Amino acid sequence: MSDVQIMTGNQAAAHGVKLCKVQVISAYPITPSTPVTETISQWVERGELKAEYVRVESEHSVMTVCVAASTVGARTFTSTSSHGLLYMCEQLHWAAGSRLPIVLACVNRGVGAPWSIFNDQQDSISQRDTGWIQIYCRDNQEILDSLIQAYRIAEQVYCPVMVCYDGFVLSHTMMPVEIPDADRVGEFLPPYKPHTILSPEDPRNINPVIFPWQRRDAEGVLRDGYMDMRWKLQHALEGSRDVIVEVGREFAERFGRDHGGMLWNYKADDAEVLLVGMGSLATEATMAADLLRESGIRAGVVGIRVYRPFPRAEVREAFQKIPAIVVFEKDISYGYEGALCADIKAALYGTGIQTPLHNYIAGLGGRDVKANELAEAVRASLASIAGGNREQQTWLNCVTE
Amino acid sequence: METKDDNISAMCKPAIGEAGKTGDWRDATPVIDLAKCIASVKNRPACYLCWLYCPEGIVAAGIPPRIDLDYCKGCGICAEECPAKAITMVINEEVKK
Repeated sequence: MSDVQIMTGNQAAAHGVKLCKVQVISAYPITPSTPVTETISQWVERGELKAEYVRVESEHSVMTVCVAASTVGARTFTSTSSHGLLYMCEQLHWAAGSRLPIVLACVNRGVGAPWSIFNDQQDSISQRDTGWIQIYCRDNQEILDSLIQAYRIAEQVYCPVMVCYDGFVLSHTMMPVEIPDADRVGEFLPPYKPHTILSPEDPRNINPVIFPWQRRDAEGVLRDGYMDMRWKLQHALEGSRDVIVEVGREFAERFGRDHGGMLWNYKADDAEVLLVGMGSLATEATMAADLLRESGIRAGVVGIRVYRPFPRAEVREAFQKIPAIVVFEKDISYGYEGALCADIKAALYGTGIQTPLHNYIAGLGGRDVKANELAEAVRASLASIAGGNREQQTWLNCVTE
Repeated sequence: METKDDNISAMCKPAIGEAGKTGDWRDATPVIDLAKCIASVKNRPACYLCWLYCPEGIVAAGIPPRIDLDYCKGCGICAEECPAKAITMVINEEVKK
C-alpha cells in the first residue's frame, strides 16, 4: 500500500534509498544535503534499513567507500553538495571508470569562494564530464521516484547516476509525496548484479595501470588499452538514453507517475517562445509560461531532466519549429556562457535550426528567481529578438555594471 | 577475427606474463659472476639475498641462482644487495656483444 506524506526533498530522497534497500551508505555531512543521510542513519540505527552506514572523515573517502562496496556487489548510496561533491571529484571519475552503479543525491548548492550555502547548480554542472549520468528533479515526488529509477538505470548500463535537486528550494521545502509500496518497488528493481565477480577462486586485479595501446594477456587475449576503455564508457552513456526513457515509461506504467524521460514539455505544442531550464527553475518557468499566456504570449517550457547523457535528439525535436528560445540556468561556464545554453546550441548545429536563443544566468548563490521575473525576461528577450538581437547573455537580477 | 575484450572495466589476472614481457623495459642487465656467488661457490643452497630482494620475484633460488630475463626490469637491487658483489649491472648494448 502506498501512502502520501508531507515531506522535504531530502526526506523524499531518504525514502527512495530505503525503498531501494540500499546496502551500504557512506556520507559526510554538508549543508543542504545533511538531512538525507541523517534520516537514513536513524533508520539503520533502529534496524529499519538493514545496511552498513560507514562514517568517514571526508567526501573523498565517502566515494572510495562507495566504490569499494559497489565493486563487491553492494547497492550503495551517498548524498552531498557543493564543496563535498568537488572534494569527491577524483573518485567520481574513478566510479565511472570502474563502471560502478553508485547513486548519489547531489543537493545543488553554490560553490565558494566566497562561501555560500545557498542554491545554484554550479556544483554538479562542474562535474559534468566525470562520466556520471545526471538527472535534475523539479519537485520532491520526482526526487523519490528518480532515485528508484536511478538504480534501475545504473545497474543496467553500469554507470553511476547523480540525482540532482535544488538545495533549500526543494531540499528543505515540504510537499506531499506519495511513498510507493516497498514490495512493488522490489518488483520494479531487481537485485544488483556486479559486472565482475570478485572471488578467491578467480583472483583478479582491478584497475591496473593501462598503457596507451592494447595489451595481450597471459591467455593471449588482446585486452583494451586506456582509450578503448574510455570509448566503452562513452558508448555506455550514449546508449543509456534508451534505458532512461524505457525505465521512465515502465515506472509510469507501474506507479502512475511520468516525469518524462530525457526531457519534458509544458504547453509547448502551440508555443511561440520556449523557456528552457533544469530542476526547480524549470518548474518556475511553467508558472512564468502561464503568466505570459495570460498576457497573450504563447509561451511553453522544455525542462531538461537528464543533462548527461545530453538529450540531443529530443532537443532537436523540441526546437524544430519554435521562433524563439530563452534558456534560464543556475550555472555559468566562466569565460563563455551557461553550460546548458552552450550544449543546446551544439545540439542544434547542423540541423538548419537557426532560432534566436537568449541565455539568462539566474539565481546564483540562492538569489531568488520569481515567475514574474522570468516572464519579464522573456518579454524583454522577445522585444530584443524582434529588433534583430539573435543571441544574448543576461545576468538576471544582477548588478552587471 | 581477434577476440574482443569483453570486460567493461580494466582488470588483469595474476599470471606470468599477464602484462607482457616486461623484461624489454630493461636498460641494464644483471650478470652473475659464479666465481663470487656464495651459493655457487659453496655448491649448496645459501645466501639467496638476490632472490629475497628481487621486487619482481623473478630470481630462482637454485645453484647457481637464475634470473628470468624475460621479466627482469633491470632495477639493480640484486646487484646492490649481493654481499659478495657477484652481480654486475651491464648496459644492454654491452651484453649483446
